[in-house]
Amino acid sequence: MSTSVGKPIARVDAFDKATGRAKYTDDLCDRSALIIKIVHSTVANGLVTEIDTSEAEKIPGVVKILTCFDVPNLPFPTAGHPWSTDPSHQDVADRLLLNRRVRYYGDDVAVVVAENEVAAAQAVRAVKVSYEEYPVILDVFDAMKEGATQLHEGFPGNILAHSGFRNGDYEKAIQEPGLIKVEGWYNTPTVQHCHIENHICFAQMEAGRVVVTSSTQIPHIIRRVVGQALGIPWGKVRIIKPYIGGGFGNKQDALYEPLCAWVCTQVGGRLVKLDCAREETFVSNRVRHAIRTHIISWVRPDGSFAARKIECYSNQGAYASHGHGVGAKGMNCFPQLYPCANVEGDCWTVYTNRPAAGAMRGYGIPQAMFAGESHIDDIAKALGIPPLEYRNRFVMHQGYVDGFSKNENYYDTFRQVLEKGEAVLEYQKKYQQYQNQTGPIRRGVGCAVFWYNTAVWPISLESSSCRMVLNQDGSIQVQTGETEIGQGCDTAYSQMAADAVGIPVSDVHIVSTQDTDITPFGLGAYASRQTYIGGFSIKQTGQLLKERILKYAQELTRMPVANLDLVDGKIVRVPDGRVLMSLGDLATEALYSMTHSEHITAESTYQIKSNAYSFGCSFAEVEVDIPMCKVKLLNMVNVHDCGKLINPALAEAQVHGGMSMAIGYGLSEELKFDPKTGKVLNNNLLDYKLSTFMDHPTLEARFVENPEPTSPYGTKALGEPPACSGAPAIRNAIFQATGVAIDQCPITPHVLFAAFQEAGLFEEVCK
Amino acid sequence: MAQFKEIHCTINGKSVTTVVDVRASLTDMLRNDFRLTSVKKGCEVGECGACNVIIDGECFNSCLYLAAWADGKEIRTLEGLLGPNGELSDIQQAFVDEAAIQCGFCTPGFIMTAVEILESGKRYSDEELRKLLSGHLCRCTGYENILRAVRKTMEKRLAAREN
Repeated sequence: MSTSVGKPIARVDAFDKATGRAKYTDDLCDRSALIIKIVHSTVANGLVTEIDTSEAEKIPGVVKILTCFDVPNLPFPTAGHPWSTDPSHQDVADRLLLNRRVRYYGDDVAVVVAENEVAAAQAVRAVKVSYEEYPVILDVFDAMKEGATQLHEGFPGNILAHSGFRNGDYEKAIQEPGLIKVEGWYNTPTVQHCHIENHICFAQMEAGRVVVTSSTQIPHIIRRVVGQALGIPWGKVRIIKPYIGGGFGNKQDALYEPLCAWVCTQVGGRLVKLDCAREETFVSNRVRHAIRTHIISWVRPDGSFAARKIECYSNQGAYASHGHGVGAKGMNCFPQLYPCANVEGDCWTVYTNRPAAGAMRGYGIPQAMFAGESHIDDIAKALGIPPLEYRNRFVMHQGYVDGFSKNENYYDTFRQVLEKGEAVLEYQKKYQQYQNQTGPIRRGVGCAVFWYNTAVWPISLESSSCRMVLNQDGSIQVQTGETEIGQGCDTAYSQMAADAVGIPVSDVHIVSTQDTDITPFGLGAYASRQTYIGGFSIKQTGQLLKERILKYAQELTRMPVANLDLVDGKIVRVPDGRVLMSLGDLATEALYSMTHSEHITAESTYQIKSNAYSFGCSFAEVEVDIPMCKVKLLNMVNVHDCGKLINPALAEAQVHGGMSMAIGYGLSEELKFDPKTGKVLNNNLLDYKLSTFMDHPTLEARFVENPEPTSPYGTKALGEPPACSGAPAIRNAIFQATGVAIDQCPITPHVLFAAFQEAGLFEEVCK
Repeated sequence: MAQFKEIHCTINGKSVTTVVDVRASLTDMLRNDFRLTSVKKGCEVGECGACNVIIDGECFNSCLYLAAWADGKEIRTLEGLLGPNGELSDIQQAFVDEAAIQCGFCTPGFIMTAVEILESGKRYSDEELRKLLSGHLCRCTGYENILRAVRKTMEKRLAAREN
C-alpha cells in the first residue's frame, strides 16, 4: 500500500500561489468598501483630554469620525488563547476599542471612516488630539520603580504577573565547598514579525450579523474576541480567513478585527476595510517581548551543576496580549534543559510604554535560549571545557520526564542532533583550528541547543475537529479549524488524510479557507501545534469515514467488513487482495441508490491530553572583522528532531525560514525607541534590518527522525523551533573568534565596538 | 492640474485604455482597475518588492511608479506568464518544485524579478543572483529555495540554448 505521509510532494496551494490566483484578504474586498484609518497617539503615556474633529469632518469624502469617547466601556482581552471557562485563567482584559488612557506612542485614539484612502488619510492628519502627558517608561526596571506611573489599574509596580518555582534547596546547595559561580545578565530586543502581508480585515453586516474577513491565524478565537469587545452574542459574529501572507504569531491575536467590526456597526453595517500600513504593523500590532535574564550557576570543577537560579524580566509593553505566558514559557524550560536538583526561577512580566508584546515564533524560547545557551558557553569557558563537550555531557538525557507536562525525552535526541550538526559544519576541526587566533580578522564556531513544547497542553485546552465529505468520484473534502498560514499544513493534512482514509493524496481536496459558519471548531495556528494536534482528529475522522465506507461496501459486495479494506481508493477483499470496486463507484451508488441513499461523511473532535518535546540545535561559523566591528556569517546548520517528517521538502523549507529569523535576531533586528518620547524610530523595512538575500550563507537544514510515540503520525513541533537556537549559536561563534562574550542581541557593530573597546581588542590588534 | 488622465498601455500583451487618478500608483491601477491581484502590497514605499512588475523589460516596484507614467508602456505581471492552456512557465514550475513558496505573498514579485534575470540570457554566480534578488523581502523561506529555483531555471535555459 502506498502512503503519502513522508513524501516530499509539492504544496497543494503552490499552483495558485505561483500564478497569483490565491486570494488574500485585500483581493477579496469589494471596491465599494469605506476606508477606516486610525488616529494614533503621539504621546507614549498620557490621557486624551479632548479631540477636535471639526476640521477633519469638513474634508470631502469623510463619512464618520469616531473617537475614544464613543466606544463601549467593555475591556477585552486580545490574546489568541483558547478561552478558559475558569475566570482565574482568563486572559487579562485591559484595552478598549479606542483608548482614552494611551499607553504607547501609536495607541489607537480615534478612527476616520471615508469614501477613499486619500480623504481618510487627510482627515487623520486633521484630527486634533490634546493630551495630559505622563513620564515615558520604556524599561522594565524603570516601570517597577516605586513612584513610577501606573499604566493599568490593579497592577501595582506595573507588574502584570509574577511566577516562579523552587526545586530542591538552592541556598543550602550553594554552600558546597569548591563551587565555581558563573553569573550573567542577558538582554534580548523588541523585534517584530514582519510578515510581508500587513494585517488587514474588512467587515459588513449580513442578516443582522457582522461578518469579518481577516488576515488572521485564529478565526474561531477572533469570533469570540469580537463578541466580547462589542458586547454581542458570539453567534452574531462570523469570521472568514482566506490565504494569509504570513503571521508568525502577530496574527495569533485579535488585532483590528474588533475595531473594524464595531466601526461597521456604526455606519449602518456598510462594508468597511481596515488595512494596516507597514508603519502601523511595526508599532500598533504586536512585537516580541524584550526580556532581561539574570542567570547564576554554581558548578563543580567537573562541570556538573550544584545549583542554579534564573530571573526573567519580560517587557510586556502597553497591553497584556499574551502577557505572562511568553516569559513564563521561557523560564520554565530552564530547569529541564540542563537538569539540576536545586533550581530557583522567577519571572516578572512588566507593563511599559512600548508597543504591546504578544506571541512571536518561539514564544519566549528564542529569548530563553539566547540567555541560557550564551550562559552555557560562559560556564564552559570558566571551566576550560570545550562548549560542545560540555553540552554533550550535561544537556537533558534520554528518559527525562517533566513532572508537569509529563513530556518524556524518549530518545537520546540531543546527542544525536549535536553529532549530526558537528559533522555537517566540521565543528571539531574548525574549533581546534580557530583556537588562539591573533590579527584583525578572526573566525569562530559556536553551537546552541533548544527545547520546545509542542502545543499548549496542559496549560490550556488542546482539541481539534475535522470534517470529511465523500464526493461521487471517491474524492473527499477535508476541513479543520487549524489554519494554513504559509507553513504548509494544508499539504501535510492532505497527506495525513489520504493515509487515514486509504485514498491517493490527489483525491483529497483540502478546504483552505476557514469560515466560522462552515468550518468545524478549531483553535487555529499557533504553538507549532498544527501537524501534531491536527493529526489526531484527521486520523480519527479518517478512520470513521473509512468505517462508514466499508459498511456501505458490505451492502454492495456482500462481503463482511472484516474482510474488506480501502486501499488507494479501491475496495479490496483482504484475504486474496482482489479489487472489488472503486471508491468512486461506491460513492456514486451511495448517493444515487434507489434502495439506500446515503451521503457518507464523518466529523469528529479529538481532545489531546498529551504534549511532545521538540528538540534541536544550531551550529554557526563566523568571521569577525575586529577593526570594522563586523560579523560575517559563513555557515549555519540547524538539526531538528521533530519526529517523523510528514513532508521532508516542506520541513526543510520551514527550517530555512526559522534560521533566517534567528539570523536577524542575532545580528541585526531591533525596534529602536526615542528615549524621550517612546516613538519607534525605525518603523519601516528599510531602517528595521530584516535579513535579506545578502545576509545569509547557504542554510543547511538536517533532521533526526525519532518517531514521536504520542502522535498518530509520529510527528511533533517544527513551526517555531527553527527560530530558537540560531542567535546564541552565532553569539557563541563570535565568543570563540574574539574571546569577547556579548550578552545582548542583536550583535550589531555598535554593540561590538563598545565590547571590543572594553576588552582592549583594538589595542591588541593594532600592536 | 487635472486629477484624472487617460492613458494607453499594454498589459500582459493586451492593449488597454484607462483613466487614472494622477495620484494613483501603478499598484493601485493594476489591482483595482484590472484586478491583477498578483501585484501585492507589502509596504507601498518600495522596500519589500511584493508589488514588482516588469515595465518595458525592466523590473519596478509598482507602488512607487505612478499609474500616469504607464502611458505608452508595456507592462507585465505574474498573470501574463501562464501559457495559453494554463501551463506554468518554467520559472513558476521551478518555484513549485523547489518548495520556494510558503505563504506566497512575496512570490509574484520574486518571480517577476527572476523573469528579468532569466531573460538577460546571462549566467550568474550565486553571489550575483543573491544581489539581483535582494530587492525582495521574504520572511518565510530564508530565500534558500528561491535561490535554488532561479538557479535551476537559469541553468536549464542556458543548457537549452547551448544545445
